[in-house]
Amino acid sequence: MQVDEATVRRIARLARIKVSDEEAKGLEKELSGILDWVKQLDEVDTSAVEPMTRVVDQKLKMRDDVVTDGEIADQITANAPMSEDHFFVVPKVVE
Amino acid sequence: MTDLTKLTMAEARDGLRKKSFTALELTDAFLAAIEKGNASLNAYVLATPEHARAQAKESDRRIAEGKARPLEGLPLGNKDLFCTKGIRTTACSKILDDFKPTYESTVGQNLWDAGAVMLGKLNNDEFAMGSSNETSAFGNVVSPWRRTGKDGKTSTDKLVPGGSSGGSSAAVAANLCLAATATDTGGSIRQPAALTGTVGMKPTYGRCSRWGIVAFASSLDQAGPIAKTVRDSAIMLKAMASHDPKDTTSVDAPVPDYEAVLGRGVKGLRVGIPKEYRVDGMSAEIQKLWDDGIAWLRSAGATIHEISLPHTKYALPAYYIVAPAECSSNLARYDGMRYGLRVNGDNLIDTYEKTRAAGFGKEVRRRILIGTYVLSAGYYDAYYLKAQKVRTLIKKDFDEAWNRVDVVLTPTTPSPAFAFGEKSGDPLAMYLEDIFTVTVNMAGLPGMSVPGGLSAQGTPLGLQLIGKPFDEETLFRTAQVIEDSAGRFPVPDAWWMKG
Repeated sequence: MQVDEATVRRIARLARIKVSDEEAKGLEKELSGILDWVKQLDEVDTSAVEPMTRVVDQKLKMRDDVVTDGEIADQITANAPMSEDHFFVVPKVVE
Repeated sequence: MTDLTKLTMAEARDGLRKKSFTALELTDAFLAAIEKGNASLNAYVLATPEHARAQAKESDRRIAEGKARPLEGLPLGNKDLFCTKGIRTTACSKILDDFKPTYESTVGQNLWDAGAVMLGKLNNDEFAMGSSNETSAFGNVVSPWRRTGKDGKTSTDKLVPGGSSGGSSAAVAANLCLAATATDTGGSIRQPAALTGTVGMKPTYGRCSRWGIVAFASSLDQAGPIAKTVRDSAIMLKAMASHDPKDTTSVDAPVPDYEAVLGRGVKGLRVGIPKEYRVDGMSAEIQKLWDDGIAWLRSAGATIHEISLPHTKYALPAYYIVAPAECSSNLARYDGMRYGLRVNGDNLIDTYEKTRAAGFGKEVRRRILIGTYVLSAGYYDAYYLKAQKVRTLIKKDFDEAWNRVDVVLTPTTPSPAFAFGEKSGDPLAMYLEDIFTVTVNMAGLPGMSVPGGLSAQGTPLGLQLIGKPFDEETLFRTAQVIEDSAGRFPVPDAWWMKG
């Protein structure tokens, strides 16, 4: 699997990580190498195999649909880079 | 007075019960060792002496009143992946900046409720992604172990303590805590334990709550202890494990008294030796370690059976699809808006991109990008779904093996501790560190590493035991036989305490 620079840039954009030109070059090679290596899974016939969804068989747990938490706005905004009156202050989202 | 930091957890517990020393004296001994020795090892990223002394004083009060709890007054290190209320928690990443959680992890809370004392937060690979502790934003952890040449001279080359729980393994081996919390996603408890002569136990997925532990790959992550002895790790796991309504994958099952089974031996136990683990180019010393382990268990009355786990070789490539995919999803939350680092850009997207570029280290960025790629439109079936199907086959291999054997014995790592930089230039070479450990996470099984001997260069080697789901008891009693046969492996020279 050859990952080219355009693909690196597309993935980086999807992942919201800024990548310099120099980094993009290195990543082309590294990602290609790793993806080539994982391609050995194609040797395994999985046509009749279900994908794993959980490692331990157990029933999904249910609980009553009631409020168990809340009134902790102080705690929730305590670590915000910017906050005001219990609101997160963020860059403009809508033009 | 004897050096209290050299005690095992069980010995320290006995000493406190007999009032040979106080919890405060014990805690102060460790705080002094950290003060002196941590500069050379970098095992702690944050020492919390005031917090520790307050807990120790409370322990002394309870001991005086005859109300001691199971871990009363026993000082531990806590991996920086575990959230600590009011105390900085970073996962050793710049992106969490000065994050101070407003809550405690369930595993941590269980330990403090049992009376344990927290000495500080331990270094790890950034977001637990690494096998050498070279990816931490706080710098490398140095192993207390050193190589000895054929001439008998000790090299001063710095060796890795393993990873990702490298702070935990180094601190335990260097007597900077009695035991430590750790986490294991692909081998991050067992591999560092093997490389430092300590005991590492990764329990069955679901045994310990993941609540309040910074997430890496949620279907693989599991907490467990690194300790000096098998007994100490049994004491630790008993306290750490619990059913937790806040983690739906935690299992509602009673936690056995693991310490009670340690003396039961292995008479009649069926031990499986998987032929697929005899990989090409396995070194003679690893082969001998494995053969020694087989001989010890056989002479203690176990029977040895060759088994086949045919999909073993596919576990690592499948892991390097599943783990990055889940990592890219989990780490999407670090966007610079609600907590952690923010680097302002020209607009919202630019702020996200600059924040994440500055906040995540190289290995974390690499894994997020791989994960994003394998989950992106058009590739999901070819990579992620395929890997999850292979995972079903890996689990089926073990399910079939459990018809014939009760426990599986393998080496923990393909080689002893390496020096810094030896593998960090090549991601694939580093990923191979996990070749023997990663299958266990893929199948959700319990796995344990016990010291089994020393390499030709005098550094530790570990044996791995793999068990049936929720059968940690068999691992503990088998590990005890190995420990009794192999002996313990303390670091010969405490060079880090010499300033």
